[in-house]
Amino acid sequence: MSPVDGAGISNPNLPVDIAVTKGRVPGRSEEQIPELHEVDCPPELRERIEGLMARYPDRRSASIPALWAVQERYGWCTPDGIRQAAAVMRFTPADLESVASFYDLLHTDPVGTHRIEVCTNISCWMRGGDELLDAFVAAGEGADVHITGFECLGACDIAPMASIDQRYYGPLEAAEAATAIEQLNAGADVLPDKALAARPLAGDTPPPTGRNREPESRNRPIDGEVRGG
Amino acid sequence: MADPRETRVLLEHAEDPALRTIDGYRGYGGYATLEKAYREMEQDEVLKELEDSGLRGRGGAGFSMGKKASFLPRGEMAKYLCCNADESEPGAFKDRELMQRNPHQLIEGIAIAALAADAGHAFIFIRGEYAEQADILDAAVAEAYEAGYLGKDILGCRRDLELVVHRGAGAYICGEETALLDALEGKRGNPRLKPPFPAVQGLYGGPTLINNVETLSNVPKIVANGAEWFKGFGTEQSPGTKVVSISGGVRRPGNYEVELGIPTRELIFGLAGGPEPGHEIKAFYPGGSSSPVLTPAELDLPYSFEAMGEAGSMLGSGSIIVADDRVSIPHMALRTARFYHHESCGKCAPCREGTNWTVKMLERVVRGEATPMDLDIISSVQQNIIGHCLCVLGDSMAMPVSAMVNKFRDEFERVIAEAGMPIAIVQGAPEALGAAT
Repeated sequence: MSPVDGAGISNPNLPVDIAVTKGRVPGRSEEQIPELHEVDCPPELRERIEGLMARYPDRRSASIPALWAVQERYGWCTPDGIRQAAAVMRFTPADLESVASFYDLLHTDPVGTHRIEVCTNISCWMRGGDELLDAFVAAGEGADVHITGFECLGACDIAPMASIDQRYYGPLEAAEAATAIEQLNAGADVLPDKALAARPLAGDTPPPTGRNREPESRNRPIDGEVRGG
Repeated sequence: MADPRETRVLLEHAEDPALRTIDGYRGYGGYATLEKAYREMEQDEVLKELEDSGLRGRGGAGFSMGKKASFLPRGEMAKYLCCNADESEPGAFKDRELMQRNPHQLIEGIAIAALAADAGHAFIFIRGEYAEQADILDAAVAEAYEAGYLGKDILGCRRDLELVVHRGAGAYICGEETALLDALEGKRGNPRLKPPFPAVQGLYGGPTLINNVETLSNVPKIVANGAEWFKGFGTEQSPGTKVVSISGGVRRPGNYEVELGIPTRELIFGLAGGPEPGHEIKAFYPGGSSSPVLTPAELDLPYSFEAMGEAGSMLGSGSIIVADDRVSIPHMALRTARFYHHESCGKCAPCREGTNWTVKMLERVVRGEATPMDLDIISSVQQNIIGHCLCVLGDSMAMPVSAMVNKFRDEFERVIAEAGMPIAIVQGAPEALGAAT
């Protein structure tokens, strides 16, 4: 048996077999696909996933969007939720689990109602990302919030920053972590003046002149081992 | 008021929040190029304009966009266009800005590029973290369908184009074009063997054109104004403007659009305001965290694909990260390696194992448990990663880490010495512990 199932079999004329070039599709046994009546899928979720499948030439493409829908409905990709999606999509639950476990934003374990990802990658690290993560972890103690360090979120211009319930905020002071968590718990708008959406283009802001407000506390070596991530 | 040192083409009018809506975009002449292309131009004319412009891909590799589009075979088979909006390179955030402020420019670019590639289905693969930008794109795509710029029989020209915004779910590897295709097909994002290249056998096995957000955003401008106009910006080998993301130890981090070829110093000191007062630049990544770091001696190089290549680095996605004199280079190397270790998909052993061992060795360095010989081992591991995998994720760690170890070897040795465990402890003699403290 070849290292990749089916290699060299499906089309011997291709220099490289299609199973290699198209990525391996996990083996599928029909009897492992749950039936809809076995899974108790809420009708809204079913309609949503069917709508997602219809957007693509191949229904498999809807896996990630369907898992997003499951996560939105249940808070995380629960085993039951995955079975429901699998029944609608006509895949095995293992197919969808293999996808869910690959991606950082799809949670296969329970997480809190709110989610905060704090960037600890290079640019944020240089500007205090580790300290910000520590502050969030301390402030979030006991709250229904999932806090984690994260790799570059693509907002180095507002470093150090965090993604709070899928919206970006920065540059954040360590003290603002507690404020953000209080606002989340109270159901209020989070740090409205730190939202990325409200920021002008950098080139439209006044150019820096003379000495500026570099706090003394920042004037220390930038090192430290990696936290979170 | 934009900084006068900028040359805003893609970010023109970006300060106006109304640009995000179809009416705002049309108010500035938007979609006129799509109408011209669909009504008056043949596939080959559009293709020729793009090829003549010399537009190079803005996602990292810098390959000619027109040439890539011309590789797609002709014929009746289903062809696809994918916009790579999985911007996940540490230091890069230009696509975020372009999608957030001017989504219709991207949609218009996709529609025109689809004409050049004869694609009937297009996808925007946007990284899962960019939820806000995905919502903006969703709204803009709905507006474009409503206005008849997408969908069936566009403008009555008997051409169809379906455009789907596809949100990823957090994986750097999906920015690699073949991993992106796997993710878009609903699988784990693992890269594929090349060749065959996606232009021949890509999404669902069909010919597929994959381009970055910024590349596609350039398309309406080029088709509207002509290749000659585009070549009026930038250098001979790097025509056009570039949105450059500058971050790290600078006073005004952000996205600045400039002509390619301006001095790097002008970008870092002029536009981004240089390092904080009292500090100096120690090193900078010129093209995202995958690019070998450069030193202050290289600040006067022109910021272009060719000059960065000659300096042994690369322009990459056009993202400058500045490290000032407070930054410990060994720690920065560890942070960089840690990222690639976390993001390695695990398919190829040199990358999976190489990133893992590089992290372990760099941890030893910063804890003072290493010896100078370990630095040679780190370098040799990097050499064994480069070129040995299906994709360049491993290389993307190996290149900057090698450059840091080579250019800042003194500092690595100093950190090893100062982090300060006597050799006896390293070799396992516990009584030396008391003597050390």
